[in-house]
This record gives sequence, structure tokens and C-alpha cells, in this order.
Amino acid sequence: MTEFIEKFAEIFDDVDPSSLSADTKFRDLDDWDSIAGLSVIAMADEEYGVTLNADDMRSSQTLGDLYAKIQSKK
Amino acid sequence: MMQSPFSLTDKTILVTGASSGIGRATAIECSRLGAHLVLTGRNVGRLEETLSMLAGDGHVVIAADLTVEEDIDALVEALQPVDGLVLCSGMGMMTPVQFSTRKKLMEVFDTNFLYPVELMRRMLKKKKVASPASIVAVASMGGTHFFTVGNGAYGASKAALDSFMKFAARELASKSIRVNTVLPAMIDTPLIHRGAVSDEDHAADALTYPLRRYGRPEEVAYAIIYLLSDASAWTTGSSLIIDGGKSLV
Repeated sequence: MTEFIEKFAEIFDDVDPSSLSADTKFRDLDDWDSIAGLSVIAMADEEYGVTLNADDMRSSQTLGDLYAKIQSKK
Repeated sequence: MMQSPFSLTDKTILVTGASSGIGRATAIECSRLGAHLVLTGRNVGRLEETLSMLAGDGHVVIAADLTVEEDIDALVEALQPVDGLVLCSGMGMMTPVQFSTRKKLMEVFDTNFLYPVELMRRMLKKKKVASPASIVAVASMGGTHFFTVGNGAYGASKAALDSFMKFAARELASKSIRVNTVLPAMIDTPLIHRGAVSDEDHAADALTYPLRRYGRPEEVAYAIIYLLSDASAWTTGSSLIIDGGKSLV
């Protein structure tokens, strides 16, 4: 999970991984936008070999939700 | 009765990507206007399904994976010279710039640009394109006019295709082979219903078009038919926009 949070933070210019946790609602982040959403999908593919689709994204609220989706698809 | 200049009676037309989407619709509509179709694509089952939907007779399926050298050879070898070639095969890819690795770009450029162009090249070299004839490639507004977030790899590959076809139009004009492209905006095909954009987001996006919906595959097919037919005998090197008015917004 820590590793996932670090990779998630890397998507943004100015997000400190220590400010994030499994409970963070990612859509509430100031820098969250459609590019970030596509970047999460691309990161899951690149780092975990997992294909997240639009439904996976929509049904996730927190970083923990996203991480669970990735784990379940591995 | 005089034949309509839009008719395709007795023209032989090869359609790539004929197993679904715009390729399938193009094959069906061409057959209704009297053409003999050669259907190609990777999936034999779905090509046979397209075949069963065609009007008239004299149609054939030649399955080929354009990424496989021997498949292209066998396809080109099996062909009689065609009066029309429609390059519909393609793939979508949504990937932000920072994740558009060389590997991903190569995959989408191979499918959308290099393999269609290679098929055309070999057909020309082996004299499998008649004179006169018409070649139509399906490019995209997403490569030449709309620069949607995450669509760079796809768009650039389609822009390359659109550009290359203009050079082909110039070079092949002396052989009376016309070369044009169509530039669809969003068309309701299987290609857009997998992946990064939800159906709800597509529905909302469709309402931003002046004609208030996405296009239908057959609406692209009709434009392709115009470019294949003698009605467009003096049109070459053009890129026909089919976008529900979106580029006006």
C-alpha cells in the first residue's frame, strides 16, 4: 500500500505522499482532474500489469478502494 | 435507366477491419449498392458474420492478421485487382503523455498507421489496385482537429495516416487512383465502449455535439461510399469531416 501511495503521488507535481493514506478520497485532492484519472489507469497498467476501466474508477472513493481493485485484478 | 454515379455496381472492394464497427457497416452498405466485397480482418468468425449480412453475391472472406508478414503476403496474393480499398482496421488507446511509452506508441502506430500503409504499398507493388480505383482510409477528427486529453497516441497515429494518404493521392493520381480519407468524430462502435471512459461520460459528451448525438457506423460508411463511387471522380487528397457539427463548436 505504501508503494502504491508513492506511485500515486508521483502522478502529481505537488502532492506529498505522507499527506495521503488508504482513507484519502482522491477526487477531493486539489490537483485531481481527468488527466489524473487517466494517469491512475496508466500507472496501474505500467506498475501492476492491471487494466482498470471506467467502472473500477467510478466505484472507487478512496486510495484504499483503488488499491483493492488493483490487487483483486492481479 | 441511367446508373446513378453513386452506385458501386460490379466494383470489387476490399475492406479491412470488416469484422466490426465502421468496417462492417461499410461492407454492408457497399454490398447494397452492388459491390463485390473482399472482407479481411483477424477474426474469421466475425468476418463470416459480416459476410452473412451482405446483400447480393460474389463476396469473399480472406482472414488476415496484418501484423503477420505471411498473412499480408497470402492476402495480397489471393486478391484480384480491386476497384476500391477501404482501410478501416484500427485500435483505440487512451494514455496521458507521461505514460505514452515508446512501446505503447509503437503498438498504436503499428495498428493504425504502419500496417494499413504496408498493405496498401504491397497491393500497389503487386498491381492489385486497378486503374482507375479509389482508396479510402478512416482517419479521425481526434488526430487532426480535436486534441482530447489522453488521446495523443491514437490521435497522432491517425494524423500520420491522414497525412500519408495525401502524399499517396499526389503520387497515384497519374495512375487514376484516387486517395481520400474520412475524419469521423465519435462514432458509436465497440472501440469506444471499452476502457477509460464510462458510458455515462460518453452520453454526456454526445450532447455537446450540435446534432446532439454520436455518429453511427453507417453514417461514416455513406461518406466512404461517396469517395469510392464515380460521384467523386474529381476528388482526391481530401479529408472529409463527419462530426455532427462538433468542429463548429
